[in-house]
Parts: sequence; C-alpha cells; structure tokens
Amino acid sequence: MQNLFFTSLLVLTGGSIISLIVQRDTKLSYVSSVFSMFGSLLALIFSIGALITQSTLTTTLPTSFPMFNISLHIDPLAAFFILIVSLIALPASLYGIGYMKQYAKEYNLGVFGFFYNIFLISLLLVITAHNALYFLFVWEIMSLSSLFLVIFENKKLQIIKSGFIYFIMTHAATAFILLSFLLLFQFTGSFDFETIKQHFASIPFVIQTIIFLCMIIGFGTKAGIVPFHIWLPWAHSAAPSHVSSLMSGVMIKIGIFMLFKMFLDILPQTPLWLGYVVLIIGAVSSILGVLYALSEHDIKRLLAYHSIENIGIILLGLGSGLIFIALKQPSLAMLAITAGLFHTLNHAVFKSLLFLGAGSVISQTHTRNIEEYGGLIKLMPYTAIFFLVGAVAISGLPPFNGFVSEWLTFQSLFSGIATSSILIKSIFIFGAACLTFTGGLAAACFVKAFGITFLARSRSIESEKATEVSPLLLISMGTLAVLCLTLGVFSFFVITNIQLIVKNLSLFSSKTSSLSSTGISLQVNQNVAHLNMPVIFLVMAVFIALSFGLVYIVSRKQKVVLRTVWDCGFNALSPKMEITATGFSRTLILIFRGIFQPSKQHEIEYVDADIRYFSKSKTVTLGIVNIYEAYLYYPLHNGLSIISKQIRKIQSGNVNQYLLYIFILLLGLLIFARY
Amino acid sequence: MSIFIIILKLILLPTLSPLCVGIVRKVKAYMQNRRGAGIFQPYYDLWKLFHKDEVIARDASWIFYLTPFLLFGLSILLPLGIPLLGSIESLSFFGDFIITIYLLATMTFFIALSGLDVGSAFGGFGSSREMTIAALTEGTLLFSFLPIALVTHTTNVILMATTASGLPFFNYLPFVIAFMGFFIALMAETGRIPFDNPSTHLELTMIHEAMILEYSGKRLALIEWANANKFIFFIILGVNLFFPWGLSTTANLSSLLFPFILVIVKATTLIVGVAILESSMAKLRLFRLPDLLLTGFIFCVISLITVTI
Repeated sequence: MQNLFFTSLLVLTGGSIISLIVQRDTKLSYVSSVFSMFGSLLALIFSIGALITQSTLTTTLPTSFPMFNISLHIDPLAAFFILIVSLIALPASLYGIGYMKQYAKEYNLGVFGFFYNIFLISLLLVITAHNALYFLFVWEIMSLSSLFLVIFENKKLQIIKSGFIYFIMTHAATAFILLSFLLLFQFTGSFDFETIKQHFASIPFVIQTIIFLCMIIGFGTKAGIVPFHIWLPWAHSAAPSHVSSLMSGVMIKIGIFMLFKMFLDILPQTPLWLGYVVLIIGAVSSILGVLYALSEHDIKRLLAYHSIENIGIILLGLGSGLIFIALKQPSLAMLAITAGLFHTLNHAVFKSLLFLGAGSVISQTHTRNIEEYGGLIKLMPYTAIFFLVGAVAISGLPPFNGFVSEWLTFQSLFSGIATSSILIKSIFIFGAACLTFTGGLAAACFVKAFGITFLARSRSIESEKATEVSPLLLISMGTLAVLCLTLGVFSFFVITNIQLIVKNLSLFSSKTSSLSSTGISLQVNQNVAHLNMPVIFLVMAVFIALSFGLVYIVSRKQKVVLRTVWDCGFNALSPKMEITATGFSRTLILIFRGIFQPSKQHEIEYVDADIRYFSKSKTVTLGIVNIYEAYLYYPLHNGLSIISKQIRKIQSGNVNQYLLYIFILLLGLLIFARY
Repeated sequence: MSIFIIILKLILLPTLSPLCVGIVRKVKAYMQNRRGAGIFQPYYDLWKLFHKDEVIARDASWIFYLTPFLLFGLSILLPLGIPLLGSIESLSFFGDFIITIYLLATMTFFIALSGLDVGSAFGGFGSSREMTIAALTEGTLLFSFLPIALVTHTTNVILMATTASGLPFFNYLPFVIAFMGFFIALMAETGRIPFDNPSTHLELTMIHEAMILEYSGKRLALIEWANANKFIFFIILGVNLFFPWGLSTTANLSSLLFPFILVIVKATTLIVGVAILESSMAKLRLFRLPDLLLTGFIFCVISLITVTI
C-alpha cells in the first residue's frame, strides 16, 4: 500500500530527470508528461485504496539534522486531498501533452517538464508532511516550482511581473506560517505535529490567538482569501493553462487542507471567535471574489477571481463547522465540514475544467481578452459543451456537482441561524446572505463568460480562424466534464465516503452526523431536508424529453426557415452591434458602485480644435478601483518606500560614521547582555 | 391515490396557466377603461403560434434551438415541489425550496444565453438586465422561505405549508412580512411592472421581451407558455405557503374539495391583486430596482429575526 505512494513519487522524480535529459529533442517532450500521468495514476489508486481501508500510514525517516525528520503521515483526510491532487493532475498532464506543443519553438520544454513533475511531487509531499520543518521545506519547493511554471513564458515582461507578485506574496505567507511554527516550538518544544497536538492545550491563551491568526493569514494567502488574494489573478493568468488549472484547482486547496488539518486535527478545540473569523472571511471572499470576476474581461483572471469566490464558499463550511464545534454541537459541525470538503473536491473538478477550456480557446485565438472572442460554439463545438458544463456546475445549478455542495453549505448555515445566540445567528444570516448573492452573481458572470466567448458572431479575425483543438485536449476536458455530472448525480456515494473521513478525525470519534444518507437520498437533521440527486436528474431529463415529445406531436409539420437576424434595416450587422462583456456587466458594476467606484473618462479629438463640431476620434475609458489595492496595498507600499528613503540617509559613505555605528551597536549589545 | 393527485396537479397547473395571464390582461384592460381581449385569448395565441412556421437567425447555435424545450420542461416540473391541496402531494425526493429556486435559476441562465446567442443588440441587453435582476432577486426569494422553514423545521415546501397551516393565528405575522419580500421577488421573477413590462417592445425598457425577440412559431409558444407556468407557480406558492389556511393534512379524497375551492379563491385574489398593482404604478428606472429588491430582502430578514427570537 505504502509502496504504491513511494512508487508514484519515484515515477514523478524519474519524469523530472528524464525531462531534463531529453530536453534537446522537442519531439520527446511528451515523455515527461507520460511520467506525470503515470505517477498521478498511481497516487490516485493509492488514495482510493487508503480511503476504502480508512487506514492511517505513518513513516518517519530520521535525518542527521536535529529536529528535522522526514515524517510522513497519511490519514484519511490527507488521502482525500491526495485524491484531489491526482484526480486533477491526471487529465491536466494529458492536456499538457497536446497544449505545450505551441511553445516548442520558443521555449525549453525540458525545463518545464522538470518543474512540472517537481511541482506534483511537492504537492503530494506537503499533504503528507507531519513535521513542521520538513513541511516548510516541501512547502517552499511547492512555491518555487510553481513560480517557475508561472514565469515559463519568460520573454514577456508582463509575465515576469506576475511572477514577482506571486513570489512576494507567497513568501510573505511563508513568513507568517514560520512564525506560527516557531511559536509552537517555543511552547511545546517540538516541530513534530504529533507532539504539538498533545501539548497545545498548555500554551497561554494570547499565544494561541497569535498562532491562529498567523495560520489564517499564512495558509489563507495561499488559498487566496480576501484581502491577501492579489497574487492569484496575476499568477493564474500568467501560467500555461493546464498549470493554471493545477494551481487553481489543487494548489490553493493545499492552503485549505492545512487550515482543515490544523484547526480540526492538530490544534483541536478552537475558540469560538476563530469560527466567526473564518466564516466572515469566507463570506467576504465569496462576495468580493465574484464581484471582481464580473468586472474582469481577461478570461483567466475572471476564472481566478472565481477561485477566490469558491474558496470563500469552502471557508463558509469550515467556519460554520468551527462555530458548531465551539458550541458543542458536533453533529452539525460534521455536516458543515462535509460541505466544505465536498465543495473543495467539486471546485477542483469544475475549475480545472474551465481553465482547460479557457486554455483551448486561448491556444486558438491567441488572446485572453473575451471581447475578441465570439461565435466559437460553431468552430469549437466540443470545447463549448465542456466549458458550458463547467459554467453550469460552478454557478451551482442542478444536477451538477456545484449545486450539491452549495446545498449542503446552505443547510449548515440554516442550522446556524436556528441557534439561540443573537450574535451567532446574525453572523450565520450574514453568511447565508452572502452565499445567495454569490450564487446569483456567479450565474450572471458565467452567462457573460460563456455567452460572449462562444455565442453570437466572431468579434475578431483571430477568432474567426479558430478550429477545434486536438483530441488529447478534448479527452482531458471531457473526463472532467463527465466527472462534474457524476459527482453531482452520485453525490450520495461521495458524501457517504467524505463523512467517513470526517468521522475519522479524533474530534468526531463516536459522534453521529446530522447528515445521513439512506439509499440514494441525503438527509439533514432527521427529516429537515432531503436531497435525492439521481431522481432529480432523472425527473429533469424526463420532463425535458416530454416537452420535446409533446411539441413534436403538435407541430411537426411546421417548417423552419433560416434568415439573418433583424438588423433594423441597415443591412450590415457587424460584430460591433453585439453586446460586449463590458456592457454586459456594466449594470451590475453601477449597482455596486460603492465597491467598484467606477469612473468614466471621455476624450474627444476634433478635426479643428477651434470649431468643435466635427470630431476625429472619441475615446471613452471605463475604470474601476480595486479597493484592497487602493486602501491596503498602495498605502503599505508608499509607507515602505517612505521609511526606506529615511533609512537610506544613514548610508552616508563616511567611514568614520560607520565606525560610530559599530561602536553604538557594540555598546548596545554589551548593555543587553549585562541585563 | 397520492400519485393520482400529483399527476392531476402536474396537468392542471400548465393547463390553467394561460388563463391566469388572460385574467391579468383583462383586469388591466378594465383598469385602463378598455374592454380588452377575452380571458381565453392566450390559448388562441398559443394555438396559433404552434401552427406557424418558424424563422430562425442564421447565427443561432444549438443553445437557441434547445432552450425553449428546456425552459418548458422545467416549468412543468416546478409544480411538483409546491402544495396545491395539501400534504397528500408531499414527496420525499423532491420539493426542497433550494432546489426549486435553483431550477428557476437554471431557466434564467439558459434563456439569458439564448438571448445572447443570435448576436442582436436587443438580445444582449435583455440578457444583461435579466441576469442583473435575477442575481439580486435570488437572495430575496431564498430568504422569504427561510422564516417558515425555521418555524416548521423542514425545508420541504409542501411540508412547510401544511405544518404552517396548523399554527395559531398570531404566528402568521412574520409570514406576512416575509410575504412582502416574496411578493417583490414574484414581480421581479415573472417580469411584471415595476420591473419589466410584459406588454411592450420598447427597446429602452424591455428585459424579458428583448431576450426572446428572435423567437417565433412553436419555440415562441413554448417560451410564452413556460412563462405563464412560472407565473401560476409563483401565485400558488405565494398563496399556499404564506397563507396556508385550509390546506388538507389528510389523504381523504372528500377533504380535498374545500382546499381546492379555497386555493382557487386565494389564487384569483392574488392574480387580480397583481393586475391592479401593475395598473396603478409606473415601471421603475433600472437603477431604482436594486433598492426595491433590497427592501424586499430586508423584509425577509426582519421576518427571520422575528421568528427566531
């Protein structure tokens, strides 16, 4: 069993080395992807096996460094996340074989394959790490290898800039994680998670608070919570599409995984306020994520903002779970945590599907601006269907998987509203309100994303020339699309298994969950709510078929004539007459003007500046303000620059002055050592 | 027995839905000092449309072809989750209010896509406005169910209504507040004044009509009928969930007669109410609509707080 996991790591390592060996021959660049596929397949089989047997594997390899043990710990929770990683890595690697061909002339695919495999290894290792120092080591490998994947197209300045933002944010996050682990070491004397778990209760309350906050900031930055999410739209849009799908579908989930692991397993019995904080962060992230997604016209940045939204939904589940734990209502907590975990899996599936779909479109049109697409449904019919499945799933519409996890999240929030305390009640009402608005706005955003991209007529010459992508790409997208439907319709099966994982946490041992499944139907709180996805799917299919049948009987004899669309008599329907993505979302942006602060600038150039009747050209610039950049990051940046300028003054270049500094420092140290 | 009642409901509501539209139009005509067409006119219109040839835009894709069927299919499925007569219709596998709301969202999603599909300027703006209003309405609609769900400890709409029908009279006050929120959502979802005017084709103001402008023949008939179904669905839901008096809680056939008469009376009252309200106010500017929807949302939150304290 364990050997399967190590074999998978070995295969991936082999893939990375071979990729460097064959880098001169671009025809062999697919070899490393085959290794990644095989490695992820092994990891997938391993994780399914570990989940079926519900076993916990622990291995420790001592090293010659003190405190630094390579200690692996695979409990069902970790196995579940290995499942997510490998489930997405498999189609993404397959997609990579076909997708990377377009870069073969310009960039070195060998190096890419090397970092790609290293990235997959580091994802698997981070999940299994059970020693804080070793964890930080593999965490850093994960951050750096993904950084090199992000800046793969290193001849573009924009992409280097994106990589730089990612580099800074991810290391700021690591600093907070490091701080929390150092504090834990200070008070428990160990870097080993198992020892920390046993001694955590003895840590003073104030220090506990600091540790919790550091972890939320550190792991939350990786997960992409507002306001630490700014790297996400940059990094995800810069990377090649299948890497974006891995980063958005899987890597940000590692942050989520660590929050689950820390708050539910390693540092159990978290205080009530932590639940409040996580729930409110989740609610704010979900609503702001979807609002910024609405204003975005770069398809990959749009999808990246939706990742922020969905991380918010996952945190709504985790946050309500933490509140229920603190309120000593473990059965409701199990419901909420199941909702969070299921949404983690679902988001991984549909978001990677959408990124792969976006990648296919970009590879054909060579632009990420959705205003230049249009009409692709006729040129790329299969890509369109798969993207539509992803869009429907992420909007949370039945019978796809997104609906089921949103339903579970709603049910746990409703249970929270039914609690007695007015403060808790209002926090849950806030969470539920944010979730409903998020659902509606996400649907609006994906009508825009799908409609402007695939429907109507082409808006640029590039998009008129698009053709369907190669079968490799279609197979990997198709697999994920089928998964979206399967995870939705057979959700009772998946949820039953996720419940077992939750039950396995020591916090919930011998507790019964308020979510149960009888046969193919899910049941919440003994009869409060039922959900029977197979029947709902069947009923929907039957009724739609019924409407086909009825209409066929009534009006099968009527003819259908094809004509051009009504053009108000101008006889020249140009793409300019179609609605744009900007126009589509403008109404919502104006409605939420408090958040967006939209601006409009007119510039008119006249034929003759003195006679202002005939304009030569008109420009309208629409802009919105990013509140977190305007009110958090710019002041921070400016403050840092001002301080740096002040500090620069001490660098006078005068040797005597430097001697004075040394003398003062020495004096200071002596005094410090004395007392 | 219960299967018989459910099938009857599934056939009865789509059959009566064009009549409701006819009644609204007739009442509005009276209010405007006109005689108006007969209340059966929508049936003649549907019959006519089903027997006409279709003209479809060349740029349309399969989404445009498929949407009317999907829309109609889901619209005749919706009544499965709401009570017409009483608890006899309750199903354990269907009827959660979240699924009902998300089915409505699915319908909106696809009609908005088909509005974008032909690439005319009207369709696009219609879709944009429709999605804007739908996104803001969803919260109000969902929250209007919540107070009753919390009182009755279930999220199954039919059980919610039948349990609530047995409550003492004083308990209905929060429901009435929630109903005000629901009513605003009803006007928005079914495209009534002040949100949208179903009887104009004025490009500045139309929302729903703009999206379906390119449809004709049987597909237009399906969409019109689906909208009528949606309207009667909201009417029955409104009267039977928020004013659930008289709903039968037994499976006895003879005890179903009174609820049947009562629901007809209640539904007619609400339909006439909608028509009178539509006639007595003007369509609001698009940017005033969020305020109205927010008001509805606040009604629901007030009701929610009232029932849980």
